[in-house]
Amino acid sequence: MSAVHEPPVRPEYVAPQRVASAAPQPGRVERLDWLGRPAILLALVIVWELLARWVDNDLLLPGALQTGRAFIDGVASGELMGYVTVSLAILVQGFLLGVAIAFLLTWLAVSNRFGRALIDTLTSMFNPLPAIALLPLALLWFGLGKGSLLMVLVHSVVWPLTLNASAGFRAVPDTLRMAGRNYGLGGLRMVLQILVPAALPSILSGLKIGWAFAWRTLIAVELVFGSTSGQGGLGWYIFQNRNELFTDKVFAGLATVILIGLAIERFAFQTLEHVTVRRWGMQR
Amino acid sequence: MRATAPINLVKPEPLLRAEHVTLEYASERGIVRATDDVSFDVYRGDRFVLLGPSGCGKSTLLKAIGGFIAPRAGSLHLGGKPVTGPGPDRIVVFQEFDQLPPWKTVKQNVLFPMLAGGVARAEAEVRARHWLGKVGLARFADAYPHTLSGGMKARVAIARALAMQPSVLLMDEPFAALDALTRRSMQEELQALWDEIGFTMLFVTHSIEEALVVGNRILLLSPHPGRVRAELNSHQFSLASAGSHEFQAATQRIHALLFGADADAPATQPQPAQVQP
Repeated sequence: MSAVHEPPVRPEYVAPQRVASAAPQPGRVERLDWLGRPAILLALVIVWELLARWVDNDLLLPGALQTGRAFIDGVASGELMGYVTVSLAILVQGFLLGVAIAFLLTWLAVSNRFGRALIDTLTSMFNPLPAIALLPLALLWFGLGKGSLLMVLVHSVVWPLTLNASAGFRAVPDTLRMAGRNYGLGGLRMVLQILVPAALPSILSGLKIGWAFAWRTLIAVELVFGSTSGQGGLGWYIFQNRNELFTDKVFAGLATVILIGLAIERFAFQTLEHVTVRRWGMQR
Repeated sequence: MRATAPINLVKPEPLLRAEHVTLEYASERGIVRATDDVSFDVYRGDRFVLLGPSGCGKSTLLKAIGGFIAPRAGSLHLGGKPVTGPGPDRIVVFQEFDQLPPWKTVKQNVLFPMLAGGVARAEAEVRARHWLGKVGLARFADAYPHTLSGGMKARVAIARALAMQPSVLLMDEPFAALDALTRRSMQEELQALWDEIGFTMLFVTHSIEEALVVGNRILLLSPHPGRVRAELNSHQFSLASAGSHEFQAATQRIHALLFGADADAPATQPQPAQVQP
């Protein structure tokens, strides 16, 4: 007796085997990122230019074209490049020093429990403290000179990098650590061959944040500080031109700050990420 | 096809000997006793299975043999020497996929422990190629782990372990994270590799069927804390005999031993009478 709700019994069949069905070609995913950004930038520049023409006051708001001219003049005469070189030179020194100190602190934070408590306390105290707030103290200790600049830069790099790197080291999976010990790795070889690569996504993002903090801190410090031993940086260039009411040069200086920030982010860090953590599937 | 159980009149020396091993580890709620007075012997060529429900300390026991945990009491000896720490003579295959460093390609992953252990580069290359071929991954030598499926990652881990030619291969639920179909083919491949090479292996699982299929000798552990419940033979079973009457009976016997039901109970429960309308 088959009930009404019982499904029918159907014949079975086995599909014949096919030879190598054509796999779908991997299609290129469109990168709207690259297409969209120039368009947005262009629109912003047009809005800026229109706004400047409407305001019609070169001292308050120079237009995009005028700023562009000032920028090109600055580059062509080598004046702007001189300031950029001074800024970048001090930045690289401060950044590298900060990275070195951050790795020492990270080593302390992951090697023993006391170190961990100490570094956790220090990072939670100093990470929220804006580096620029230390400038008066730095001037008191190191005077008007490179020492003060370095101290403030180091402060802006050390804490975010230590925070990220030590979090990265702690997040290395136990399985990976055990695999390393299984192969007889220990000490420095364990650190270099297992822990550092495994923590690389966090280390890279720490470096990125540290770099961004250092860059903005440097410009801010140069604005306050002026020049050291007759050499000024980009911040000084902006400050000086505002004093002399070359507002178009002020804008050109600001544009340079933005461009350098973007360039390092794009070319240095993104390239680094592409050849490492993205290639390894550790970061999307 | 399958090697029959060795019938030796003179008993060979065990390769791995665990004597009265008590293991403890610290957790948030204090000291937890993982195993209590566990003893067993593993002989060369054994496919020795540690089987039990979660909490029986089988994984902890494997980690102790791996040298990651020191026993609280008792002793572990490998080839007559006490186990004091991790070493490349006992390579562990873990369950987790992150046992493969993601920054190394498949081939680099297989090379890694050999180079770390001081094997010459040229010889390591030859061995890596050989073992990747054995697990069917020769074409994927330059792929990064994140592009592989779970089964392929497990194969890489097995190739990496076997390339080290360890005294004993320690497998910690290596197929537990795989889907059922992949798990089955991995069991087949492991069996084929063992038939061909005859390595010694210690295999942890919580699946009775897997224990019967993979192992030739099963140590049953009861939980909280892990104690030896029984030591059984399973060399007569393989994937081919899974589903046979004997296999079903063995499954039910182990189930009864583990879960406290009367081991002599009939294999099939009487079905409640069907009420016909």
